[in-house]
Amino acid sequence: MAERVYRRIVASRVRSQLAYPVSFALDCVAQAIGQALELVVILVVFGRVQSLGGFERDEVLLMYGLAGIAFGLADLAVGQLDDLPRWIRTGEFDVLLVRPLGALAQLVTSDLQLRRLGRVAVGLVVLLVVVTGAGVEPTPANLALLVLTPLVGTVLISAIWVATCAVSFWVVDGKEVANAFTYGSSLTTSYPITVFGPWLRRLFCFAVPSAFVAYFPALALLDRPDPLGLPHALRYSSPLVAVVAVAAAALVWRTAVRRYQGAGS
Amino acid sequence: MIVETRGLRREFRVGRIGRRRTVVAVDGIDLNIAPGEAVGFLGPNGAGKSTTIKMLTGILVPTAGELRVCDLDPVRSRRELARRLGVVFGQRSQLWWDLPLRESFTLLRAIHRVEPGAHRERLDRCIDVLGLAEFLDVPVRQLSLGQRMRGEVTAALLHAPDLLVLDEPTVGLDLVSKERLRVFLQEVNAAGEVTVLLTTHDLADVERLCRRLVVIDHGTVVADDSLTALRSTFGGARELVVELVAPAGPLDGLPGVRSVCVEADGLRQRLAFSPADTTAAALIAAVAARVDLRDVTVVEPSIEDVIRTLYATRAPS
Repeated sequence: MAERVYRRIVASRVRSQLAYPVSFALDCVAQAIGQALELVVILVVFGRVQSLGGFERDEVLLMYGLAGIAFGLADLAVGQLDDLPRWIRTGEFDVLLVRPLGALAQLVTSDLQLRRLGRVAVGLVVLLVVVTGAGVEPTPANLALLVLTPLVGTVLISAIWVATCAVSFWVVDGKEVANAFTYGSSLTTSYPITVFGPWLRRLFCFAVPSAFVAYFPALALLDRPDPLGLPHALRYSSPLVAVVAVAAAALVWRTAVRRYQGAGS
Repeated sequence: MIVETRGLRREFRVGRIGRRRTVVAVDGIDLNIAPGEAVGFLGPNGAGKSTTIKMLTGILVPTAGELRVCDLDPVRSRRELARRLGVVFGQRSQLWWDLPLRESFTLLRAIHRVEPGAHRERLDRCIDVLGLAEFLDVPVRQLSLGQRMRGEVTAALLHAPDLLVLDEPTVGLDLVSKERLRVFLQEVNAAGEVTVLLTTHDLADVERLCRRLVVIDHGTVVADDSLTALRSTFGGARELVVELVAPAGPLDGLPGVRSVCVEADGLRQRLAFSPADTTAAALIAAVAARVDLRDVTVVEPSIEDVIRTLYATRAPS
């Protein structure tokens, strides 16, 4: 029943954006360029070095492609949370609470920026181009992994965003903190974690599980041993980590909204 | 009872860390509102009106006290309550900013699961009475404030709520828009369809819509009575304005008259009297016995006077 409501909201959003096709197309291109800039950075680096953190160019690009799709889809799904501080500051969040739907669901469907598909497109193209060059064997298991990984990654990144954006309930101007995780996750998911120092590595593996978006699944796809010697099972555990992350995010969000109701102004 | 509160209390922790202090916004409010009532909720800025409204609608959790709205616990049953509640915040929009007004209504229909036939019927009535037809297909962000408020009220009523909460609905509206809204709300309430709780700074709203007034100050109820009763208790003087056929000296010495004000060279005189001392009829008779009358009017004390007296008698402690 509730999904019908969201479908309606989303449908009317899409209609209103497609009403101006030229501006919509330009927006998509701009997003794609934004994503492609990171691609240029990677290519420039590999113009100088043979490997990065123990991985070759196409292998890194495989991670970049997987992460790019996941990031773009997550941005599309929950990117509206960026506006949360405004909702809280203007008191418009109150309006969400007097409707018979969940506040989070209403927030993320308050708009649907289809232009974010521009990012997804770049990730998809890169993935298709490098997948053979990186040496991914065309087995059924790998195909399934190629499809599943960006989707699981989307869920993971979305969960990270929800949890970090909830900071706004405590610190209304906490947007910068939240953005470090939201837009920062684009960076931390696109590179093999071997390029980071040990502390950051631990952070991305266990605290903010961004290594599970692309790095570990990529190890499985490439059929490579983990250069860090981490347990073999990790490369297949992204779905499990996603489930845990969603549960944690839900808990943080609930606590945050309860705090708002308990201490709002 | 649609609204039932007992000792409703809300505190806020304010100030910087280390210098925290507790501010009591709502300090033990008892309020009962029966179905079909139209209650005006008044108070100066910071009296606790908004906080109370937020607790009634499930936005805020009370610090202490009992609270039932539509026989539900507002925070625990927030979503269920939302189906039976219509809320209009004068300063915030519940409409989708960049969608045409009509589409906002369609979304709300889906959100509240209103049956299409009933939705159509209610919407048509609002379109008709509130004159929405000319801007139904305009995106909300392009509407004037008056148009938007008419849209907001419609949006709050489409799911046939039991209780309509209006938080300063006429703020910023021009006189014509205000009047139109008041007439409509009065009609809806008079038809017995919905209980109305209204906060406002515009006392004309209250005068037109509400039979009962609840005045709060410093988080407590300082008066809760019918408009008429409040007038006679706190209203002070009524005024009898007499127009004379020929100019006369001040009509002093009439029983029950507190003061006489002479205007138009004695052709018009204003006699202030308290309803406790005499009646308008007795006074008119007494005046007519002395001079020839052309016309008389009785001026009621304005609600502003009533409220001012109320606030004055409850000086901040």
